[in-house]
Amino acid sequence: MSLSVDIGHRAGAFSIEATFEAPGGVTALFGRSGAGKTTVVNAVAGLVRPQRGRIALGDRVLFEAGRTNLPPQRRRIGYVFQEPRLFPHMSVLANLRYGGTHDEARVIDLLGIGALLERRPGTLSGGEAARVALGRALMSAPEMLLLDEPLAALDAPRRAEVLGHLERLRDEVGIPMLYVSHELAEVARLATTLVLLDSGRVLRAGPLAQVLADPAAAHLFGDRGAGAVISARVVGHDSGDDLTEVDFDGGRLLLPGRVGRPGARLTVRIAAEDVILAGVAPLGLSALNVLEVEVTALADVPGGVAVGLSVGRAQLLARVTRRSAVKLDLRPGARVFAVVKATAMAPGDPGTAAGAPARDGS
Amino acid sequence: MTGWLGPAEWQAVRLSLVVALWATAVSLTFALAAAYALARGRFAGRQALNVLVHLPLIMPPVVTGYGLLLLLGRRGPLGAALEQALGLVLAFRWTGAVVAAAVMAFPLSVRAIRQALEAVDPKLEQAAATLGASRLRIFATVTLPLILPGLLAGAILGFAKALGEFGATITFVSNIPGQTQTIPLAISAALDVPGAEPVALRLAAVSVVLAAAALAASEMLAARMARK
Repeated sequence: MSLSVDIGHRAGAFSIEATFEAPGGVTALFGRSGAGKTTVVNAVAGLVRPQRGRIALGDRVLFEAGRTNLPPQRRRIGYVFQEPRLFPHMSVLANLRYGGTHDEARVIDLLGIGALLERRPGTLSGGEAARVALGRALMSAPEMLLLDEPLAALDAPRRAEVLGHLERLRDEVGIPMLYVSHELAEVARLATTLVLLDSGRVLRAGPLAQVLADPAAAHLFGDRGAGAVISARVVGHDSGDDLTEVDFDGGRLLLPGRVGRPGARLTVRIAAEDVILAGVAPLGLSALNVLEVEVTALADVPGGVAVGLSVGRAQLLARVTRRSAVKLDLRPGARVFAVVKATAMAPGDPGTAAGAPARDGS
Repeated sequence: MTGWLGPAEWQAVRLSLVVALWATAVSLTFALAAAYALARGRFAGRQALNVLVHLPLIMPPVVTGYGLLLLLGRRGPLGAALEQALGLVLAFRWTGAVVAAAVMAFPLSVRAIRQALEAVDPKLEQAAATLGASRLRIFATVTLPLILPGLLAGAILGFAKALGEFGATITFVSNIPGQTQTIPLAISAALDVPGAEPVALRLAAVSVVLAAAALAASEMLAARMARK
């Protein structure tokens, strides 16, 4: 089921013109605070009425300016807000059942909230409340789930805990999600599609790996954020050196630490600042991964040049200084060597996605 | 107890309670609607409604009573219509005392309920809407339970006001024993009669006890709701 959004909305000095498709899976709506992410999600939920455009879920038109405007009640869209918004005067169970009892046992089990059912929302921790809010939305049997920075109010450990549950949802329930975030790490772990929003405009939209490896979009993620995400499979571990070897569409990589079981799928992140380019095959480096790559595109970013690289079917992103770009004569089609430091982001295989961030597989 | 209060005094106490309870019930229903419109409504004339709601609070009670007489008296435009359509006569009847007390209690109830409504986070109602609940269901299951303490406060305030109402009542429905003579009116009548001061004193004591009991009951209920 795919969500198509094409809306225009103006409120005061702020205007939104957003057109994108969310083709099932997890679509991340990514952008800085104030980019208009929440307004877009509210329009999808029916809480904001855009002045122009159309919103459809599959072949169901939710909104069409001047013609259709389904109230939130009839959109069959679950919404997990930034704050849990649990009803304070009801028990956790009554909260969960408010919108229906769809798949109750499984949802409660999946989110690990079975022990909380008799409690009042006021007595829950932030992570527990977030999970209950998630469960409540799921039990109303929505056709799509909207999540507006559901982790924003949580501390790092709770964040990891809820993120793990979200991964299980993605992998085991398969409900399409529109996930609002300004945290690239969350987005890279969860999303399959990325929609980049800035000042109410969609700057890029497409498959996550493609958008992240696009040098022309690199400046939008900041110095630290830019970098490619690739999907890989664990080949094995080197017990002596505490390394994990993985296999991806462009070759093999060694990752620090022991991650996943052999055969498990992993999401691997290669930050642009962790890629060094060399004109000839380097020797005697402390770095473990050297890949022969082809330059696909270049784009200026503050303080340097973002370089798009392809290796096999995978795409990487590097950031180099302007001087290096000239010295190495980087241009599309050039073949260079990339010295790469890769890190594991998250288990990507449903069989091993146990609800926790990447961890020891033994 | 019956020996302590004479039959006429008992009559005044009973009438007072009946009138105040009816007035509370009537005013609370309208107060809830008015408070909702004032707290949530976005319509032209909201300010005008706000002023209208507060009129009985800021006008001299006698003026309110006189206004009721003009409007709801047997020859008043509304009073004549009511009598014709429903056979309901308000002027100089206990039903009129209910109306006078309800009108005077109304602004106090509205203020208490409106305050409670404004304290309810509309985000909770939004969340309920995304869960598929109709507006009526949202009101019944989210809004109403959350404003219950405010509703209770509004009821108690209204009840106390209705119990003590004097000016509008005596102007609209006069001071007729057994028909419109509530406790305050009975006290006033007693003070006009030489030697009836003990009657006034006893009725005053009853007033204090009733008011205190109402307050205590509301506190108890509020504490109970807070625990739940």
